[in-house]
Amino acid sequence: MSSKPFDWKATPGLSTLSWVVYLFLYAPLLVIIVYSFNAGRQATLWEGFSLDWYAKVFHNRDIGIALSNSLIVAVAAMILSTMLAVTAALGLRHARAGGGGQITLGLILMPLVVPEIVVAVATLVFFSGIGLKLGLGNLIIAHTVFCVPFAYLPIQARLTDMGSAVEDAARDLYSNEWQVFRRVTLPLLLPAILSGAMLAFASSLDDFLISMLLADAGQTTLPVYIYGMLRLGVSPEINAVSTLLLASSVVIVLVALRMQGMTKRKS
Amino acid sequence: MNARLTTILLRSPVLVTMVLFMLAPMVLAVVYSFMTNGAYGGVRMPFTALAYRQLLFQEDFDGNLVFSTGYLAILWRSVLLAALTVVASLAIGLPLAWYMACSPPAKRARLLLLITLPFWINTLIRTYCWVLILRDEGLLNSGLRRLGLVGGHFLYNDFAILLGMIYTYLPFMVLPIYAVLERVNGDVIEASHDLYADRLSTFRRIVWPLAMPGAIAGSLLVFAPALGSFLAPDLLGGGRRLMIGSLIQLQFTSSRNWPFGAALATVVSVAILAVLFVVVRKSFNKVPAR
Repeated sequence: MSSKPFDWKATPGLSTLSWVVYLFLYAPLLVIIVYSFNAGRQATLWEGFSLDWYAKVFHNRDIGIALSNSLIVAVAAMILSTMLAVTAALGLRHARAGGGGQITLGLILMPLVVPEIVVAVATLVFFSGIGLKLGLGNLIIAHTVFCVPFAYLPIQARLTDMGSAVEDAARDLYSNEWQVFRRVTLPLLLPAILSGAMLAFASSLDDFLISMLLADAGQTTLPVYIYGMLRLGVSPEINAVSTLLLASSVVIVLVALRMQGMTKRKS
Repeated sequence: MNARLTTILLRSPVLVTMVLFMLAPMVLAVVYSFMTNGAYGGVRMPFTALAYRQLLFQEDFDGNLVFSTGYLAILWRSVLLAALTVVASLAIGLPLAWYMACSPPAKRARLLLLITLPFWINTLIRTYCWVLILRDEGLLNSGLRRLGLVGGHFLYNDFAILLGMIYTYLPFMVLPIYAVLERVNGDVIEASHDLYADRLSTFRRIVWPLAMPGAIAGSLLVFAPALGSFLAPDLLGGGRRLMIGSLIQLQFTSSRNWPFGAALATVVSVAILAVLFVVVRKSFNKVPAR
């Protein structure tokens, strides 16, 4: 053993341990997916393959309404939070540490540190205090706020990565600030913006607590609806609708990360 | 347009939004926590500290105040479970992050993706998975029975809650630690080996100090949501083993005691701010200036 050159990259047992952790992360998700194809009525007793529960989900009108509410809120929150994130990232681009920019940055990142339940009840108190009743609009505002950091972080990272050499070159070639932004900054930033937008979309779809406390009757989002189904007991229908939501989040995030990867390869 | 004005104009939309819809609601919640609850929910004047008193004292039938530990016990359990979640995810996350950082770049990207993906999957669904596994007719029990072993009750206890929280928040720990370890220069580790340090002391004296900023960030990112966690205690604890998150939610729904709920939310926020403040100050003193 001692004749072998020292390889610090290979700690004994570490690889096994890591794969056990990955198994821990993915095996439970697999359980839901497998059981969603179960023919039996029991949620966890295997009785053969079937797509019946998916058919049931597609014919459930309430699920359809909850899904469309979720999508309306997620799309609106995605657009608003991404617009806020882009302007913020550009505005904070040259912020110095300890300056006023730091406060803005702290506010942007606040939803990451304050527990969701606190954000949820504070928003509930606030909306009822000022008498704001916009239907789904209330949910859209609340979702926009906690989506901002997720949209902001990839855009900010990209701005830091790309530096300002290309933009300075454009300025040297007599572009005005608007032209620099439109023809240089924006195209370079676009993959990061799309990536941030999708991550914002995914976090809005993920939200449960804020929607549960803020949504009025008829404005239920999909996770809140699934939670309501769970109150009535475990069923294969829940497994099916959960699998669909799970699959869509995975697709959205894979596309978002792909975009981020593109920005990295280009630079 | 001058550059300073542009900067201010660009910053203002997000600043206004966050102040109006994030900061103002939290300030209002603090104000509400000092009011009295109305007959049908909502709040009434005058300003009192009744809601905070309710945390420690309860009125008995004669109207006397009796010290009561009920709510304190829930607070304590919440802090304890959140702290245990941090410790457990650090114990799992640190070796995993090190393994990722030591892998060749192409594999690294794949491993990173595998950690990031669950983070974006709906928390409700990820918690519900464990209901399917742990419940009495669940996968674990039927598996144990098939092996000829006796099953047991795995759901609706503190361990199930803890498991659910570790499962939910583990990526928050792995990602920041990985981010710092990835940038570690291999030469320092080889140098330590050349100076006859074994793996353990290399870890203790080189890797751990370098991983520290990531571990601190990760601990905060796990602790904060774990403390206010709602889904794990609700679904895996059966709503009987209350944590502060469920307690807050109850005050705003079935109990309709908004001031008390707001007071609880204020206590949680202050606790997290305090931890944040202490940790950030301490870590700034520890990290050597570069």
